[in-house]
Amino acid sequence: MPSRTDVYKYVWRLPLILWQGLFFVVPLLLMVAMSFWLVRNYRMTPDFIFDNWERMLTRGYVWNAYEVTFLRATVAAALASLIAFPASFALAFRVSETTRRWAIFFLIVPFFTSYLVRVYAWQVLLAESGPINAVLGFAGLGPFTMLNSGFGAMVGYMTLVLPLVVILQTFSLAAIDKNLIEAAANLGAGAAQRLFNVIIPAAKVGLILGAVFAFILSFGDFVSPFYLGGSKPPTLSILIIDTTKSGQQWPRAAVVAVMMIVTLFVVAFAAVGAAYGRRNG
Amino acid sequence: MRSGVLLRLYIAAVFVFVFAPIVTSMVFSVNSDRFPTVPLGHFTWDWYRTAFARPEVWTAIQNSLIVAACAATLSTLIGFATAYTDYRYGFRFKTAYLALALLPPTIPVVIMGLAMLAWLGRLGLSGTLTGIVIAHTVMAAPFAMAICRLRLNQMDAALEPAAWNLGATQWRAMRAVVIPFCAPALVSAFCLTAAVSFDEFIVAWFVSGLNKTVPVMILEILQGNVDPQINAIGTLVFLTSMTLVIAAQLLIIRRSST
Repeated sequence: MPSRTDVYKYVWRLPLILWQGLFFVVPLLLMVAMSFWLVRNYRMTPDFIFDNWERMLTRGYVWNAYEVTFLRATVAAALASLIAFPASFALAFRVSETTRRWAIFFLIVPFFTSYLVRVYAWQVLLAESGPINAVLGFAGLGPFTMLNSGFGAMVGYMTLVLPLVVILQTFSLAAIDKNLIEAAANLGAGAAQRLFNVIIPAAKVGLILGAVFAFILSFGDFVSPFYLGGSKPPTLSILIIDTTKSGQQWPRAAVVAVMMIVTLFVVAFAAVGAAYGRRNG
Repeated sequence: MRSGVLLRLYIAAVFVFVFAPIVTSMVFSVNSDRFPTVPLGHFTWDWYRTAFARPEVWTAIQNSLIVAACAATLSTLIGFATAYTDYRYGFRFKTAYLALALLPPTIPVVIMGLAMLAWLGRLGLSGTLTGIVIAHTVMAAPFAMAICRLRLNQMDAALEPAAWNLGATQWRAMRAVVIPFCAPALVSAFCLTAAVSFDEFIVAWFVSGLNKTVPVMILEILQGNVDPQINAIGTLVFLTSMTLVIAAQLLIIRRSST
């Protein structure tokens, strides 16, 4: 018989295990299993066959989509890190504690605010006859085609990830011991040397974490490539949705989903290794 | 000094980029042009009037509120229990336990949508609001856990043992010491997870069937044509989630700075 302490302990421990086990782990496992199921006459039957894998892995359009998605997510991660860095640097070193707090406060707000509606707003802003082209027109420029292109999708990715990347970078930069930077300056290190040899290595974890989150979010995003990128070429998430919504081809969609999860795991582990490994290498 | 000014301007530019879509959506929601551009048309409430004259908009709002309230309650309970377990106990497989607690937000929502559709379908819950609540709880609980864990960090580790020494049972100490201490974090977690649920549309879209929430309805309007009604509905969505997120943050900041 369990003692009273045990009951207390498990009351707090079990909810997560039960809920996330039943509604997070099981669905994902089911999805993996489903990728081996048989589809005939628009009906799925549990099975263990490799038809769906063979079918998807030998199709050129799947690999094209993979390439586009991976490439775009990489560019988005690099771009977001570069765009964010000067802002994070300034927030960490050039403003007061209070200003920094408020800045973070206002960056958290959009992260939890309807991404879908923000993308719609960009759709209007970037349109051929939209406000941005109108302003550029006054200066005698344009009109530029910004929607339904890689550029449009990238604007969307930045909308999604930039606030988070700035927050993560700012935290790690602000946590650097200021004496370290001063010591480097006293030893005669110039601004560039201090930046590349002291500040960036010391903030490595946050910088890599920011880039990884940017990659993960962009890699899985469906809204920006669809509504701003014109879905041509399709990304993996667009492929999943098209395959799922067109009848009972869920097993094929599951194949794509497993490909995505494996990719994200590899990237995340590599990044964590890079962030925490070989500190003084 | 000049570099300081430049950096400040740079920060301002980043904030303009981040808030531009939110502000334009609000401005265009009261602007008469169907295809807004510069210069703006005249002021109008027409888009709000047409949008809110549709009964399905009200149904969607009602669905969203029910789902957000239920998902936020469940997420907050699970998140608190998990945070307390992490704070209080060490045990075997704790790393796996914490991974389970924090992993869901890193799985792309499209994949969550597909997996949920398959599983909830088997349980006979696809197309129901219950199904959406279940999925949103999975996705939002990690945020609740993070908020509660941060609050527990600030609690003196001797506080609970002190209560036990004074003769309180574990349950009594929980009720009289831990929960009051975490109260602002609990409210904050509720607000934030409600915002997460209120804005989530991919999984809801996969699972919902005919029971649409507000963002799912927006998604379906978007698949048609440019329609400024979206700005009107979108402004309402923005105001709701911004209120929730700001409230969540103020609750934490006010308490942790005292």
